[in-house]
Amino acid sequence: MWKAREEPEQHTIVRFEEVMLPHMDAAYNLARWLTRNDHDAEDLAQESYLRAFKFFDSFHGGNARGWLLTIVRNTCYTWLRENRAEELTTSFNEEIHSTEAAPFDPQKLLLLRESTQLLSQALEELPLEFREVLVLRELEGLSYKEIAIITGIPPGTVMSRLARARTRLKQCLSKLINKEG
Amino acid sequence: MNCVNIQAALPSYVDGELDPLRNLEIEQHLQQCAACSQTYKAGQTLQTAIKTGAPYYPAPANLRKRIRSSIRQERKGVPVFAAMPWRWLGLAASVALVAIVVWNVVPRPSGLDTDQLMAEEVVSSHVRSLMASHLVDVSSSDRHVVKPWFVGKLDFSPSVVDLIDHGFPLIGGRLDYLDKRPVAAVVYKRREHVINLFIRPAAHDSDPVRTPVTTQGYHLLFWTQAGMTYVAVSDLNTNELLEFVRLVQTST
Repeated sequence: MWKAREEPEQHTIVRFEEVMLPHMDAAYNLARWLTRNDHDAEDLAQESYLRAFKFFDSFHGGNARGWLLTIVRNTCYTWLRENRAEELTTSFNEEIHSTEAAPFDPQKLLLLRESTQLLSQALEELPLEFREVLVLRELEGLSYKEIAIITGIPPGTVMSRLARARTRLKQCLSKLINKEG
Repeated sequence: MNCVNIQAALPSYVDGELDPLRNLEIEQHLQQCAACSQTYKAGQTLQTAIKTGAPYYPAPANLRKRIRSSIRQERKGVPVFAAMPWRWLGLAASVALVAIVVWNVVPRPSGLDTDQLMAEEVVSSHVRSLMASHLVDVSSSDRHVVKPWFVGKLDFSPSVVDLIDHGFPLIGGRLDYLDKRPVAAVVYKRREHVINLFIRPAAHDSDPVRTPVTTQGYHLLFWTQAGMTYVAVSDLNTNELLEFVRLVQTST
């Protein structure tokens, strides 16, 4: 009980794959939304799995998807810092672009034939920190608490960031719809 | 609640993050208030739009193969971490560590990697303390009495915390033995349930809370914090025992 028990090598691989491979879609989806690129997302998902495997000794059960997504996010951020540092810095200057919330009725959006394309575009245009909370909340269906753990911010901040993310998304959508219109 | 309060709570309501009581309050308000009801519907519609409209990217077909082969290559090339898990833990990125610590508080159905013998020893100790009218050597609800009592009896100073405001009154302290070594047993209560918290120096710095282990109807939670290993044991339900553990962790 006081120290970790060692396992045969093959057993560890099998157990790792049993526990973690079912969450491959979640891992890829998050990497895809953070990088906005198929090729990079695939590389980073693979790298995340390799890191998860290295740290697997310290996974003692619980929420496997949350544990894995924390590593995916971490891996993606490291990569973004090295390759697209400007995205990380612009995301902190949210005030620069923020404008008065234009009146926007989401109901209108649902009536549009190109709503999927518009939503996808609007989400991709959001700063990284907003994009990730929306993806984790709406696409992955995670709770504030789970998102807080994955992103390393307090649950209260998750709530306020989600609120700002939704406002920005509405502004973005309204801009895009007017352009189309 | 007035409209200002309701409007502030609506996003959490839409996200299903409120407790049943608050949900009920909001539902009742929404039935009466057209303005709040409209805000609610707009929020819900946006949520539906994102959920149904934004693409969820499934993993490409070859990703599984790539992952599986990279793990096997890694395994061949780097044999060290199986032998030295705690060294690896020390090297692990801090963000990953935070996640590991927190995720492991979440219970899972079975404790595969736990040592059943040790769990039984802990439970025996716990049961003995209940039976032989030897629950505590020092009986006090004051941590400033209990903590100094251990001085000179152990070569470490166990933490004793005051959780009475959270419904876990301190009962006292006791010397005990586990794994052939002296340990501090700090005793707390929840209603009529006794909680024995065993404390002893750890071999490594930190170890997340492990999955609750259940033996003979008793629940056990193990974790390591600031160089000490803790074992909480009680017949209390696991949720309240987890609450107790979290309180000890944050007060220590």
